[in-house]
Amino acid sequence: MTYLAKPKLHHPTLAKNAVGYTRRDYEGKISTLCAGCGHDSISAAIVQACWELDIEPHRVAKLSGIGCSSKTPDYFLGNSHGFNSVHGRMPSVLTGANLANRDLLYMGVSGDGDSASIGIGQFVHAIRRGVNMVYIVENNGVYGLTKGQFSATADKGSKSKRGIANMDEPLDLIGMAMLLGATYVGRSFSGDKRQLVPLVKGAIEHRGAAFIDVISPCVAFNNHAGSTKSYEYVRQHNEAVNRLDFIESREEITAEYAPGEVVEVPQHDGAIVRLRKLAADYDPTDRIKVMNYLQQRAAAGEVVTGLLYIDPKAEDLHHHLNTVEAPLNQLGTRELCPGSVALERINASLR
Amino acid sequence: MKRVEAVNDFVVKFANVNGSGSASANELFARSILRMGVPVSPRNIFPSNIQGLPTWYEVRVNETGYQGRRGGVDLMVAMNPQTWDNDLKEIEPGGYVFYDSSKPLPKSRFREDVNVIGMPLTEICNATYSDPRQRQLFKNIIYVGALSALLEIDPAEIEKLFSELYKGKEALLQSNVKALRLGRDYATQNLACPLGIRVKRSNNVGNKIFVDGNTAAALGAVYGGASICAWYPITPSSSLAEAFIKHCQKLRVDPATGKNKFAIIQGEDELASIGIAIGAGWNGARSFTATSGPGISLMTEFIGLAHFAEIPVVLIDVQRGGPSTGMPTRTQQSDVLCCAYASHGDTKHVLLFPEDPTECFEFTAQAFDLAERLQTPVFVMTDLDIGMNTRLCEPFEWNDTREYDRGKVMSFDDLESGKDFGRYLDVDGDGIAFRTYPGTHPERGAYFTRGTTKDRYARYSEAGPDYVDNMQRLLRKFETAKTLIPKPLLYPAEKPARFGAIFYGSTSPSMVEALHVLAERGIHVNALRVRGFPFQEEINDFVASHPWVFVIEQNRDAQLKTMLVNEAKLNPSRLLSILHYDGTPITARYIVDQIAQHAAARTVVPLKRVS
Repeated sequence: MTYLAKPKLHHPTLAKNAVGYTRRDYEGKISTLCAGCGHDSISAAIVQACWELDIEPHRVAKLSGIGCSSKTPDYFLGNSHGFNSVHGRMPSVLTGANLANRDLLYMGVSGDGDSASIGIGQFVHAIRRGVNMVYIVENNGVYGLTKGQFSATADKGSKSKRGIANMDEPLDLIGMAMLLGATYVGRSFSGDKRQLVPLVKGAIEHRGAAFIDVISPCVAFNNHAGSTKSYEYVRQHNEAVNRLDFIESREEITAEYAPGEVVEVPQHDGAIVRLRKLAADYDPTDRIKVMNYLQQRAAAGEVVTGLLYIDPKAEDLHHHLNTVEAPLNQLGTRELCPGSVALERINASLR
Repeated sequence: MKRVEAVNDFVVKFANVNGSGSASANELFARSILRMGVPVSPRNIFPSNIQGLPTWYEVRVNETGYQGRRGGVDLMVAMNPQTWDNDLKEIEPGGYVFYDSSKPLPKSRFREDVNVIGMPLTEICNATYSDPRQRQLFKNIIYVGALSALLEIDPAEIEKLFSELYKGKEALLQSNVKALRLGRDYATQNLACPLGIRVKRSNNVGNKIFVDGNTAAALGAVYGGASICAWYPITPSSSLAEAFIKHCQKLRVDPATGKNKFAIIQGEDELASIGIAIGAGWNGARSFTATSGPGISLMTEFIGLAHFAEIPVVLIDVQRGGPSTGMPTRTQQSDVLCCAYASHGDTKHVLLFPEDPTECFEFTAQAFDLAERLQTPVFVMTDLDIGMNTRLCEPFEWNDTREYDRGKVMSFDDLESGKDFGRYLDVDGDGIAFRTYPGTHPERGAYFTRGTTKDRYARYSEAGPDYVDNMQRLLRKFETAKTLIPKPLLYPAEKPARFGAIFYGSTSPSMVEALHVLAERGIHVNALRVRGFPFQEEINDFVASHPWVFVIEQNRDAQLKTMLVNEAKLNPSRLLSILHYDGTPITARYIVDQIAQHAAARTVVPLKRVS
């Protein structure tokens, strides 16, 4: 719902990336979300990540469900095709789109209502299938568009704006993603761009199901005292386990690190994910240890952020289905139709 | 006692227990008659169960080639004590019952007007085989052997079928042949062979094929260029998706790389299945889902999205008895209304009604062209009777010069040349706008697909005029669909007819037979087979030329008639419904009785107007 047109003229001195685009070329329409909404910061991080990675905007497909978060694909990557599907069903639509053309980058944007309530089943199954995608949940613990009802990720005991405490257990999307075999799992905070941008970059380059839970405070309905998804609460309880530097293989490593401070995780295509450790002995490639660590810190009331898990040997759905290298949507009559001779053989077998 | 005497025109029904291995033996029986050049039409009547419940296999042998269910039974192969009493009741007077006489049954359990053929099957099996599983499986083959003698089926044809079936499996082949001969020899020596009903070699099968509708529709999807299938198991459509998997593994693997030119996902539910199909359709691949009524109910929100966002997708609805879980293993045509108008808001969808496996193949292949041309969901409305029963039908045909119609899609060059792209802009007046595939052009042609209302350039808009403009264009598009879908087919009576009859889908074989029988009785009826929705002018013309038109359907509420009245603006008082909805396929006998009654009631001389 945009009423104001964004000016298309860019200043000629704006820096261009390797594919010839300025950062502004990755923007979308003007956001209609509330001023200060965390979601807009996430959109900005996606813009920054795509620009820095030299991704051609039209090679990205943006998919979403319904809700505040699901409106955001209109506000970034204006030259990409977007699909605002139905409530909770982004994962299946994204899966189908991905099957049709394996060459595009699939960015799924969802919210906690969209993914943890109505769409929990689709969230679960898209991840366990290993769809090659970036799945971002903009998590604010509340239904914004319908004005402030609790969502399924609201913490037990957290209070609504009207002072009512939520008595249901929260759904732990990160914990579920770990159990379901997501091969790239991160959590961040919309207010921490330094952490979020490299996390999105790593997810984009990852070939497999990449899931990022971004705590994104709702300034209108969930930013008060008693909320565990407010800016203040998250800042106070945020415990980053690492800081990620996403490095493409061709880049020379110039930064200096203290010995033992760095973990390097090579990716399929030769890129390297480099992590600066903030928590001692945190190994993001050991699924079981990561799950234990996350449960322990959650019990202590911390919101653990960073690149929580990465599988260097990730595989994706196309690999499992053994599909041809050419995108299926580019196959025509010649490639797909077996022809009349084969049909006559089939007829003969049915007599 | 009277005995039914008939050559190449009778009904055999097998009453078995689910999971006893009878299905393949019974199919063998049907195929052996077919190999003698005599048309058969078998039907499975089975419960929603894997093991232990009653199941039946009814074979109509009919030299003329009538494929509909006849009704009544001439020979009951009663292998299930649980259903004995009811099975016995179904037999025509003078008919036959063949049963396992290992344990004697009191005389009171038989009918006086039914000929009894007892054979100690269990005794023979127990004497021949020691393994309990073999005893059970070969019992079926043994009774097929006995039936071959009783009905004069050429055993060489059965043995030939064995040799095709067990090619390279010598041990299996030999043991089956042995069991067959065991049964046949016993019957020849101990039973009064042949019966009054017999098979006589004929030449009425021609080059027809024997196939079920689900296999045929799946093959239609392969030939129609579907590369993506997402489905969730549900009776009676599961075998369609499974057939698609099998066909693709044979026909769609790139020989050079061993990689698949298809992607098939068994979804977590029907919502995900249609979602995947829609995502793929949006991204330019041909995709489909196969389901049944309950699945359609679940998919309905997504169907509305695909309709309103204008995304091509094919749905094959193998209808079963509804509502709710209804009769999962019985047949009906009761999803017609819910598919035609699936979704909230004003929606209408394109439906195709195949009559048999041949049309399942043709219409499914065509559905992909229609879906991409019209950029909308297209439903192939088959049902359990067509889908899960093997039917003798015309062979599949494909013209190698045929190219897929990918519809209106703007390419990179179109966009580069500066062509005006409005995703919902009706440039040709046919209601169909151009679309672009994601990733086509760096600066042009991208748009935001959504279920919300929008203007011609896909910009979000809740403005009344934009909304109405779009809804009117969708109506124009639906008009265009009339020119693209299969036309209704006329079955003219040989003599001038006062009555018309409209029918569709699996009613076809029984209807054709009924028309012949009625004509023999002097009741002449012109018939029109509707093959798709939206309805074309031909239907109005047909109704206008008859004082009364029967509408024959397999549902309770006259769903197609309701649509004919509302959509084709036909006068309801001229339309007489004939409805059959107990879950069994409609029979010619039923149609004949109904039409004959109506005809008798309407043989009045119209009053002359006094002017």
